[in-house]
Amino acid sequence: MTAENPYIPYFATIEDSWHETGGDRCIKTFKVVFDDPAVRDSWSHKPGQCAMIGVLGEGESMISISCSPTEGKFLRFSVMKMGKVTQALHKLETGDKITVRGPYGNSFPVDDWQGKKILTIGGGIGQAPLRPIVEYVKANRDKYAGLTMIYGARSSGDLCFKGEFDEMSKCDDLSCHLTIDIEEEGWGYNVGFVPQMLLDLNPSPENTIAVTCGPPIMIRFVLENLKKLGFSDEQIYTTLENRMKCGIGKCGRCNAGGMYVCKDGPVFSYAVLKDIPEAFA
Amino acid sequence: MSAMLLNKEKWPEFVGKLTGKNLWAPKLEGEAMRFAPVAAGDEISLDYGNTRVPPKGAAFPQTETMYLFQLGNIEMEEPKLEEELILLGVRPCDARAMTIIEKLFRWDFDDPYYLKRRELVTLVGLACNEPGLNCFCSSVGGAPDSTEGLDLLMYDLGDSYLLEAVTAKGEALLAETKELLTDSDAGAVKAKEQLVADAGSKIKRTVDHSGIPEGLPGLWEDPLWKRVSASCIGCGTCTYLCPTCHCFDIQDEVEGFEARRCRTWDSCMFEEYTMHTSGHNPRPTRRERTRNRINHKYNYYVDKFDVIACVGCGRCINLCPVNIDIVEILRQVKEAL
Repeated sequence: MTAENPYIPYFATIEDSWHETGGDRCIKTFKVVFDDPAVRDSWSHKPGQCAMIGVLGEGESMISISCSPTEGKFLRFSVMKMGKVTQALHKLETGDKITVRGPYGNSFPVDDWQGKKILTIGGGIGQAPLRPIVEYVKANRDKYAGLTMIYGARSSGDLCFKGEFDEMSKCDDLSCHLTIDIEEEGWGYNVGFVPQMLLDLNPSPENTIAVTCGPPIMIRFVLENLKKLGFSDEQIYTTLENRMKCGIGKCGRCNAGGMYVCKDGPVFSYAVLKDIPEAFA
Repeated sequence: MSAMLLNKEKWPEFVGKLTGKNLWAPKLEGEAMRFAPVAAGDEISLDYGNTRVPPKGAAFPQTETMYLFQLGNIEMEEPKLEEELILLGVRPCDARAMTIIEKLFRWDFDDPYYLKRRELVTLVGLACNEPGLNCFCSSVGGAPDSTEGLDLLMYDLGDSYLLEAVTAKGEALLAETKELLTDSDAGAVKAKEQLVADAGSKIKRTVDHSGIPEGLPGLWEDPLWKRVSASCIGCGTCTYLCPTCHCFDIQDEVEGFEARRCRTWDSCMFEEYTMHTSGHNPRPTRRERTRNRINHKYNYYVDKFDVIACVGCGRCINLCPVNIDIVEILRQVKEAL
């Protein structure tokens, strides 16, 4: 991502890494720091943006940046072990290097949302792009009217960022609602699907922005239910993903209708999204 | 810009002047015409409809190294692009296509590989006297004598070529070969105009694209997509041989410790093109892929860059193994509007 060649990545070193979830498709979070101090200083991203991260000799994958710029001069990526590149990433440990280029795409318009209540609705790994919003609002508490987070997964073992939720429940203007699909022994929170939990909580659309990300089927029902609750199209945001190679609108494949998810997205308001024919394909 | 005449008797000498440089021209290879390096005038065949593979590879090679590296090392070496290239005998549609894809390669992020190679290429065109059976350039903004993208355009007047410079690069080429050239005259200009008019009238296939870019979104679920893609075998020929198709894949190639990250032409007609790692595919069948191909060329590209991403060269029609015909698809689109 040099000025002359946007395809050339920077090197970053893994400062810390940990498993969020277990199983075959486990999710591992990497906290990385750019090797070049000049890059570390000049890099800036906004909640919702992505980066192409890679392992030389294996390839690159577009991964959402799962930290807010307010957290410090590092990046976090939460990666599910799926294909060739993410399997190679999962083999890496603290001290190993990855390549990073970006940040890519638009972002959640968090500055336009100042003064409003923020409602995030996430499912599974879909919480990764929402986490920067949560952290951004937490770091700018006086600028927002409140934050409500709904987050669900198949089981308690499939929830990411678990250690971070306890702290939220201690604050008055932040509320965190967790849910899992199937009852588990010792689970002290809600059991049920995310879209239903949204209905049960019955948040008021007044002065509120709702942001959702998760499996396509969850997003579809969440959108339906937000409409039932009276949210207007302009109050609803989501972030899309598609297969990508270049990240800069050249390689062609990530388009949903006429929009390139890498450049025109990944963040779309429902007002725009509802007219994009392939958005939920 | 100057116009000069080159008597065909001087053709070998003219080519000789250019072979000191990296010169590519249409050459018969097997049964197909192909742009290939040439060393002498008699290797060039200018009696051709068009090459099977478009010359887009001069700026956008089928496979190209983006950078080299060694496993375990953090040095990355970019290839040095500095060799100039002359493409002789480019059809106007193919030169125009290069200006069309350049818009994408300049969109927001400049693509350094394409733009550098494009800068190093001189395009010498050859106006069409005999359009092919499936040519329809004049329906999509082109013409048998379009100069868009060219540096110099040649007209075959029978005994001589009329050479018209389009850019400074073209002027320079005329200057380098001036002892072989004579001044153009009114007769040559008249002969050229007649040839162009005749060529235009020989184009039999037409597309009426009015209303198509705006109308395509409304036809999203139309049964026509199933119909026009029914025989498609997903071979990708239509896109590989399309002079305006620019999609690519990026892959790492490793041999021992030596490795390179390269990009290669890709095709939206392939299933893997859009398939997520999870196995989910937003364009799961050839119906969606064909719909995307037509929408990309005749709707999305028009929206973004104000030009149709099709130059009417006819290759996708000529070479489709199951006779899928884009002109016919567009006729059905028009009918369904």
